[in-house]
Amino acid sequence: MQAVERIESRTVVLPTNDIDTDQIIPARFLTTTSREGLGAGLFHDLRFDSDGAENPDFILNKAEAKGCTILVGGNNFGCGSSREHAPWALLDCGFRVVISTKIADIFRNNSLKNGLLPIVIDQATHAWLLEHPGADVIIDVVRSTLELPNGRVVSYPIDDFARHCIVEGIDEFDFLQRHIDAIRQFEETRPWTP
Amino acid sequence: MNAAKTLFEKVWEEHVVVAEMPETPAIIYIDLHLIHEVTTPQAFALLKRKGLQVRRPDLTLATMDHSTPTTPVSSFKDLAVVGESAANQIMRMQENCSAFGIELLGFDSEHRGIVHIIGPELGATQPGKTIVCGDSHTSTHGAFGALAFGIGTTEVGHVLATQSLLQRKPKTLAINVDGRMPLGITAKDLILAIIGEIGIDGGMGHVIEYRGSAVSNLDMDARMTVCNMSIEAGARAGMIAPDDTTFEYLEGRPMAPRGERWDAAIVRWRQLSTDDGARFDKSIEFSADALQPMVTFGTNPGMVVSINDPVPDYSHDPSFRKAIEYMRVTPGRPLTEMPVDVVFIGSCTNSRLSDLQQAAEVLRGRKIAKGVEMLVVPGSQQVKKAAEALGLDRVFVEAGAQWRESGCSMCLGMNGDTVGNGQLCVSTSNRNFEGRQGIGARTVLASPSTAAASAVRGRVADPRDYL
Ligand code: SF4
Repeated sequence: MQAVERIESRTVVLPTNDIDTDQIIPARFLTTTSREGLGAGLFHDLRFDSDGAENPDFILNKAEAKGCTILVGGNNFGCGSSREHAPWALLDCGFRVVISTKIADIFRNNSLKNGLLPIVIDQATHAWLLEHPGADVIIDVVRSTLELPNGRVVSYPIDDFARHCIVEGIDEFDFLQRHIDAIRQFEETRPWTP
Repeated sequence: MNAAKTLFEKVWEEHVVVAEMPETPAIIYIDLHLIHEVTTPQAFALLKRKGLQVRRPDLTLATMDHSTPTTPVSSFKDLAVVGESAANQIMRMQENCSAFGIELLGFDSEHRGIVHIIGPELGATQPGKTIVCGDSHTSTHGAFGALAFGIGTTEVGHVLATQSLLQRKPKTLAINVDGRMPLGITAKDLILAIIGEIGIDGGMGHVIEYRGSAVSNLDMDARMTVCNMSIEAGARAGMIAPDDTTFEYLEGRPMAPRGERWDAAIVRWRQLSTDDGARFDKSIEFSADALQPMVTFGTNPGMVVSINDPVPDYSHDPSFRKAIEYMRVTPGRPLTEMPVDVVFIGSCTNSRLSDLQQAAEVLRGRKIAKGVEMLVVPGSQQVKKAAEALGLDRVFVEAGAQWRESGCSMCLGMNGDTVGNGQLCVSTSNRNFEGRQGIGARTVLASPSTAAASAVRGRVADPRDYL
């Protein structure tokens, strides 16, 4: 995983509440055995109409969305399935950050493991971001703060370990593997076997 | 002093390999890892890249359910997988399992089925275990007093390689359900009502324990239906303390302990209830007394209404407006006016034998309405066999429904079983998200009896009129 300390970008705003993983990437894109190329399925049924034509009104199809790496969703983002294809698809389309008032547990975990930063912010900041699509936002990953173009700086909560892994580009798997002796000992000494 | 503990805390503490610190999560040990074809290929690829083995193939249970066809066949060799990439995914699963020494309950296995149906059915799901799967409805297994939750593919790789996971300890939420479920009301109605009450993010960050007399009175199939949809309330997991109902269900199942090990297990399992005086982070009281059949009217499982009540009106909220426009429902009117195109009985929420029995009870001696397509998809080949032994398949076929092989099928429409664009489907599954059952598909979540009654009437129907 790539180490990241700072992210600077215009925002793309998708104001719908409760954007679920089936909307982020529909199930028919899940027959792949690879993690590459999933961007093709990102928000597919919103980006394209039923005969495959691009929907010009959908925000991700607009010129101003190009190159943006911060996605602001409505309240409660990422509910639904455990498909890691959802963060893979977002990353494949260049997104590095998702912002909402609430982010579903499994989606958040999956995002952090891939270097997609899930940011939960307060209602007021969220409302401001919804009202100002395309705002230039600076995220200081080290300090866990978000700076709005009006100079206001707000901090967001993030698990210390997850932040550390993103800032240093550490793969959690390596951390887990370093404890393999403890795992072995646990297996050997527990009073009952599963 | 031995502090009073919740069921969740007891199971959690028994599995801590390395304790949680402010700067690092806990490492917890996993007793059972369920895997299926959709969320594993990239995890196996990680193992191959790093030259690692699967640490405990003996604690890994593999099947194929999501992209598998359900069209009736006389032999598994006739199964034709729909689509090249689905076929490739299934082949990859077979290769990976054989390369890593994992026994796969594949097409030719009579124990094949939806991963959350077969775990309990085989007796692999047991009280006090930690159970994970690359699938959010892993919460189902909590019905046995296991700590069971869904994980992503990266974590599937972690568990394959180390049989452990990095986890922060979640919070606890008690949902106490007292009272008596009225006649004709099922576990599905109960859990839909609960989600309607607490919302789709009401359980976020928490493990739910369902408690109270109405919960203890549920049989195991019904408890699984309730725990299954915990994730739909945003919860990490749902649990129910194991009791005699649990033990009776498990005794004699192929993977359940036997003899002395069974006796020892019962002693251990009896300890697994929340101690008097144990504290939950949050508690909610709920009564089952006045429950009605519940149906969803919108595009998430929290948008739910009693069957004869009018759809509420929150039109000031653009997301609400978007949902009801998609569903083509009218606020202020009940759902019972809506014509139905498709009825789906199946999914890990409602495809066990008792679910099929509930549906068959409504359909016996009746015909489904003209123009309605109805699929009945048993959760596993074992459920299929048991249902056929009771003649349920004939009830369904004589009513005009299709009787299928087991699998996830129309729950997420990955295998070719989809609902057409704009069609309304009354479904016993768990998600009514936009496009979940097919592009433009409109899903109404309901119990098996409500779904069956709706098939007969050709409109969303109150099952109590058919009992
Ligand atoms: S039946 Fe539906 S919810 Fe259950 S595992 Fe299959 S796809 Fe997921």
